[in-house]
Amino acid sequence: MLDPKIQVHHLNLFYKAHQVLHNISLDIYRNQVTALIGPSGCGKSSFLRCLNRMNDTIEGVRVEGSILLDGDNIYSKSMDVVQLRARVGMVFQKPNPFPKSIYDNVAYGPRIHGLFQNKSALDGIVEQSLERAGLWKEVKERLHEPGTSLSGGQQQRLCIARAIAVKPEVILMDEPCSALDPIATAKIEELIDELRDRFTIVIVTHHLQQAARVSQYVGFFYAGALVEYGETGDVFTNPRDKKTQGYLTGRM
Amino acid sequence: MLITDHIVKSYDDELNRLTAMILEMGQLLEAQLEKVLECLTKGDNKIAQEIVDKDIEVDRLENKIDTSAVRLLALRQPVASDLRNVVAALKISAHLERMADYAVNVSKRVIALNQMGPIKYVSSITRLVRLVQEMIRDVLKAYSQLDDKAAHEIWKRDEEVDELYNGFVRELLTYMMEDPRNISPCIHILFIAKNIERMGDHVTNIAEHIHYLVHGTLWSESRK
Repeated sequence: MLDPKIQVHHLNLFYKAHQVLHNISLDIYRNQVTALIGPSGCGKSSFLRCLNRMNDTIEGVRVEGSILLDGDNIYSKSMDVVQLRARVGMVFQKPNPFPKSIYDNVAYGPRIHGLFQNKSALDGIVEQSLERAGLWKEVKERLHEPGTSLSGGQQQRLCIARAIAVKPEVILMDEPCSALDPIATAKIEELIDELRDRFTIVIVTHHLQQAARVSQYVGFFYAGALVEYGETGDVFTNPRDKKTQGYLTGRM
Repeated sequence: MLITDHIVKSYDDELNRLTAMILEMGQLLEAQLEKVLECLTKGDNKIAQEIVDKDIEVDRLENKIDTSAVRLLALRQPVASDLRNVVAALKISAHLERMADYAVNVSKRVIALNQMGPIKYVSSITRLVRLVQEMIRDVLKAYSQLDDKAAHEIWKRDEEVDELYNGFVRELLTYMMEDPRNISPCIHILFIAKNIERMGDHVTNIAEHIHYLVHGTLWSESRK
């Protein structure tokens, strides 16, 4: 049965006087990959950033409505934003490893959140995270080299390992493959599919075929509104809305 | 054939070409059926042989449609109505090709019948061919205009074909019982009628593909 991990109700987002998102309501299902698509400036990335309150850092931002993570409103006063971002991790468009060793990149989160008892437990978390990110075999001999010495695709998998090291529940990905070649992209897509067993994943992508390949649910944003949301196979074969149809088939 | 155009014009051109090839194949098939009528009524071997020879053109067109569709799938990765368009073209062309094969089979039987003397009981078959010929013409029109209502109406007409065919089978049976010498020609005529009746079934399948093309849902779901 589909079980909502995140429930968004009547979400409005403003940057000062400018309204960016209009009355968005949707359920993001547990252990599913949800892809958000739409033209540039449609609000899909802004929406993604609402899900772990990344927008809080922008001046003049205002949010109306509610976002429930397992039933808790993440915008309530009692919500600890640092804890929230540990539960809802994020991977960005450009791989952004810290200027530290591969090991320290992955160990960074567990260290600041105090998630381990001793050195060998931390070693275990680092190995397991790199393993789950499909990077362990490639880097186990060079854990103390800088993260920036890796290739672009490896760096992105390192960022995914870093995100999963703090044992998040949800992973947000903002165009994680846009800087990668097709083979590195395929590895990330395969990884997304594997990670779905443990995490709930929300991915923003401009690449429609990627949305079709990796996601189970897809939401189409247009001009700050959620135009269509449904099972990926249905949306890609038989979109209900004319705007979705136009965007998917390249008729705008 | 769709309301708005693609941003990439060559994509539209390729999709339109696919539709045009289906219609061309349909016209060829109609022409073949016209000749079927002619060779049946005149008992003309030469026309029958022309039908057999012409079939290769239908096959060639089917291959061309297949190649174009596969290419389009690989290079454009169509989705939504474009994807349904390509899938429908693949399926419809297969049905048209099959119908053309039936026309060939009918012609070969006409040649065989001619060796047995003048062909009898032709008038009932002529009515059957006319019915199916109209169905083919109309279903192709419905396809080119994405007219789902017309497709439904054509689909229903197959009942008439079936009734006519069943009546004709009973008629042939009485001739065969009357005189065993009638059995050989009657068997050929029976198969001719059967082939025409099968064409009607293919038309109903095409009508179902039009429904899918227009609505994105299967015909069977809409009839629940």
